[in-house]
Amino acid sequence: MRHLIPEFERMKERFPEGFDSSLVLPCLHRIQADRGYVAEEDIVGLCEYLSVPRIQVEEVLSYYTMLRREGIGKTHLQVCRNIACSMRGAEGVIEHACKRLGVKPGETTADGKFTLSTVECLGSCGTAPVLMVNDAYHENMTLEKLDALIADLSAGGGNS
Amino acid sequence: MPGRQLIMDFEVTPTSHTLADYKARGGYETLVKALGMAPADITKEVTASGLLGHGGAAFPVGRKWGVMKPNPGEIHYLCANADEGEPGTFKDRWILEHAPHLLVESMLITSYALGVRHAFVYIRGEFDLPCRRIQGAVDEAYAAGLLGKPVPGSDFTLDIVVYRGAGSYVCGEASGLITSIEGRKPYPRNRPPRLTVKGLFQKPTVINNVESLANITGIIRMGAEEFRKVGTAKSPGTQLISISGHIAKPGVYEVEYGYSWAKFLDEDCGGMLHGAKMKCVVPGGISTKVLTRPEIENLTLSHESVNPAGSGLGSGGMIVIAEGTCMVRLLQVLLRFYHHESCGQCTPCREGMGWMHRIIDRIVAGEGLPEDIERLYAISHANDGTTICGMGDAAGFATVGILNKFRDEFEYWIANKRSKMDGRLECRA
Repeated sequence: MRHLIPEFERMKERFPEGFDSSLVLPCLHRIQADRGYVAEEDIVGLCEYLSVPRIQVEEVLSYYTMLRREGIGKTHLQVCRNIACSMRGAEGVIEHACKRLGVKPGETTADGKFTLSTVECLGSCGTAPVLMVNDAYHENMTLEKLDALIADLSAGGGNS
Repeated sequence: MPGRQLIMDFEVTPTSHTLADYKARGGYETLVKALGMAPADITKEVTASGLLGHGGAAFPVGRKWGVMKPNPGEIHYLCANADEGEPGTFKDRWILEHAPHLLVESMLITSYALGVRHAFVYIRGEFDLPCRRIQGAVDEAYAAGLLGKPVPGSDFTLDIVVYRGAGSYVCGEASGLITSIEGRKPYPRNRPPRLTVKGLFQKPTVINNVESLANITGIIRMGAEEFRKVGTAKSPGTQLISISGHIAKPGVYEVEYGYSWAKFLDEDCGGMLHGAKMKCVVPGGISTKVLTRPEIENLTLSHESVNPAGSGLGSGGMIVIAEGTCMVRLLQVLLRFYHHESCGQCTPCREGMGWMHRIIDRIVAGEGLPEDIERLYAISHANDGTTICGMGDAAGFATVGILNKFRDEFEYWIANKRSKMDGRLECRA
């Protein structure tokens, strides 16, 4: 994470003074975007940089569902399964994704290309069902669109 | 169109979210007007407008602001709550994506009124495009000299930080939100003290929903008297309704308070999906009680009409449910969600959500016991008012709402080990 410190310093400028503790979450987001996950050395470096106790970083890492301490597949497929999506076919989408990729929710394909997750409400209920390919929303999902998406991602770089 | 429009009153184009387009629509002109007013007069105007909060509780915005007594030299904070996570709700996302400068201008005016030097937009981590749009608007405002240094022609300065969450429903609760900004897990806090007395880092903090704040610019521009001409006497203005589920035309609609609910569904939203019959509707986010079609037939979309029916417009997250939908499976989805999102701080919610989730799973697995229905009631009631935040109550309301109206479906599943409605959540053609 040390090469990110100049960026963290710029981030700090817009915060009020004495808000170093608030930087834990934004710094972890940035570290994860850089490395794909948060590693042990990042935790140690961040505690030192922000002068916060290790327990605080551990607490944040273990609580928030978007943060992870281990790498995942190149493409992260996250399918919403909350009420509005379930009412518009999310259960079929999840079942189909499992079959196509040969994994269960929470697992990564053997070739490391895909990790499949189920998530709760993404705030996209009007265009349900919705899934996320890494950071991007893909709305009004159908089984045909999902097939095309997986084929496209398998052939290409794995990014949306 | 369901009445007059105050927020969605412009055409969405590929550039309508930019500073240039916003200025061409008269953007930031109200800021100039506001900076010519005394800060206390802005609060007075907002109080007189009768604006009700749009986060779910419909608390009067002016009353919340009124608690904060800005003293020069003291620190006060403002947070825009953009942690939109109440299932069925996606209207703040519309503002963040299409009218981010309306939020920035409103936050400038609000901060000036409340003596705020630093403000935050707390946005849920999954909102990628909305986050880029509001960050883009904030960056444009910095470049234009509206943020980070005195607004031209005044000595008022504001900094805005866009703060991204990382996946947690509880962060939408105001005290959970500020605990998250402090860099910790979002455990909600006991009141008193109110957050307007001791909030972010123990300083007085106002936390308003994005839509509530987005109304401020309009109120100051047109004045409270004009604003009150829109909507009804008890529910002034408009509400953004995000509608989803088994409806022909889901999406975000700005509805003038007092508009006919049935007309809204049948005409504006194109009626039911595949011409189905309506079974019931979740009015404002899943934490509000479901109402059946006959119950809403003569209601209008206003707090004074919906509240006496035993529910509320809440966050405006309306979910329409067709005949044939299995309410047992529906409650299973809800309880799985609440169990997943309980932060674990208060025992009744931490344990209660788990119990309820396991009971409903057991019913769906065909292993339900006749007394399970009473157990769900008992746990719901035990949560009511015994937790620090409202999540425990909300899960109970939602559960009791469904059990009261569709108890026969639960009894049927327990007795026959299968759904009365073939277990479907989807509405097929």
